[in-house]
Amino acid sequence: MTGKPATTQTPQPVAHASAAIADVWRALGLVPDPEVPVVSIVELGIVRDVARHRDEIVVTVTPTYSGCPATAVIEADIRASVEAATGTPARVETVLAPPWSTDWIAPEARRKLLHAGIAPPGAAPATDAGAYARPIRFARPRDAVPCPNCGSLRTSELARFGSTACKAQYRCGDCLEPFDYFKPH
Amino acid sequence: MLVATDTRNAGGDAATRSILDPPGSMLLDYLLRFADNALVLAQRLGEWVGKGPVLEEDIASTNVGLDLLGQARLWFAYASEVDARNGQAGRTEDRFAYFRDSGDFRNLLLVEQPNGNYADTIARQFLFDQWHVLALGQLTLSRDTRIAAIAAKAIKEVRYHVERSSDWVIRLGDGTDVSHARMQSAVDALWMYTGEMFTVDATERMLIDAGIGADAAALQPHWRSAVDAVFDEATLVVPADTWMQGSRSRGGKQGIHTEHLSRLLAEMQILARSYPEARW
Repeated sequence: MTGKPATTQTPQPVAHASAAIADVWRALGLVPDPEVPVVSIVELGIVRDVARHRDEIVVTVTPTYSGCPATAVIEADIRASVEAATGTPARVETVLAPPWSTDWIAPEARRKLLHAGIAPPGAAPATDAGAYARPIRFARPRDAVPCPNCGSLRTSELARFGSTACKAQYRCGDCLEPFDYFKPH
Repeated sequence: MLVATDTRNAGGDAATRSILDPPGSMLLDYLLRFADNALVLAQRLGEWVGKGPVLEEDIASTNVGLDLLGQARLWFAYASEVDARNGQAGRTEDRFAYFRDSGDFRNLLLVEQPNGNYADTIARQFLFDQWHVLALGQLTLSRDTRIAAIAAKAIKEVRYHVERSSDWVIRLGDGTDVSHARMQSAVDALWMYTGEMFTVDATERMLIDAGIGADAAALQPHWRSAVDAVFDEATLVVPADTWMQGSRSRGGKQGIHTEHLSRLLAEMQILARSYPEARW
C-alpha cells in the first residue's frame, strides 16, 4: 500500500555490449524460472549483470527469497544455457544487495503471469530506513487483488503462503475460483 | 572501547578495517547469534511438516521455516569467512550446524522452546518476529556492509512473518474461549524468555560501539509498544516480568540453554554425525 518505485531497475543489455554478451542475455531470456516457468529469469529480474572475465562468462544473480529451493536449479540452468549458446564456460555469482524486489518484474512478465492464472504483484512495501524504524503493529490492509480469471475485485486471502514461498492463496468472490497471488516483496 | 592490538580484526576488507573493529572472535560470536536463531527456529517449524492444524498453516509454517533456513545459510556463510580470518579452519555452514554441541549455540532461549499446541507455536513466533524485524532494521544500517546486506535481504521476509504471526495472535486471542485461554497461557509461559532479547553483554556492547551491531536495549520500548498494541487487539493480558528478565540475566546468547535445545540438536544432527560424508 505504501510501495514506492524501486530505485534499481532490471538491467537490460546495453547498445555497446559486445555481440557475445548480447548472445548471453538472449540465452538467459529463454531460461524459465523453475517454479513459475511462464516467465524467464531475466523477466523475473534476478539476473543483475553479465560480464566476460578472461575466458569465462560471469552471470551475476540475486536470490528472490533466501531459502528459495530453486536457486541451485537456476544456477545449473544458467551455466548450461550460456555454455550452449556461446561455447564459453560460465560461472554464476550471487549478490545480496540490493535485495530483489517484485518491482523488478518486467511488464511483459506480469501479463504472462496473468495469463497463467497468477495475479501479478502490487507495489512492493517500502524498504527505506524510515520504514524499518516504524514498528509493525498490525497487518497492513490487504491489497485489492484483481481475480486473474474474471477481473473481479471481490477477492479475499485464503492463506498467506501458497504453493511456493513467493505466492499467497486467494479466492474470487464472483467466479469463485481460487488463485495464486504473487506476493509484493 | 578501542582494540588496536588485535591484528585479526574483522568487519570488512583488510583495507577498510580500523582500530574500532572488534576482535574477529566477537564478530563470529555475534554472527552466530543471528544464524542460530534462524536455524533453530527453522528446525522447530519444520517439525510441523505434515501435521499442521490445517493444510494452509502447515504450508505457512514450512515456508517461514524455509525463509529462516535460507537466512541462517547467509549468516553461516559470512561466519565461515570470519572463522577463516580468525585463523581457524573456516568451518563450513554444515560444520556449524551439525558439529557443534548445545553449549556452542548462541540462539535465544525463546526459539528453542518446543512447539506445544498451535497457540504456543504462534506466540513463540510472534514474540520473536517482533524482535527480529527491529533488530534486522538496525542491522541494515550496520557499518559492516556484509551484515547490512544480509539484514536488508532478511528483513523483507521477516516483515511478512510478523504480519502473519500478529494476525494469528489476534485471531486466536480474540477468538473462542478455548483459543483465547490457550493463547494467553502460551504467552504467559514464554514471556520470561523475552527478557534476554534486550540484554547487552560485553560482545554486543563492543559490536554496538563499533557501529556494527544492533543496540538490543534500545529496541525494547519499540518491541513492547508493538506487542502491547497486538495484545490489546487480541484481548490478551501482558504478563508480569520475572527474574529472568533483568539486564544482567544470561542465557542462550552465552551458550546457556534449556534442555530442549539438546533434544532438538539430537534429532537435527544425528544423520550428519552418524554418516559424516553423507551426500544427497
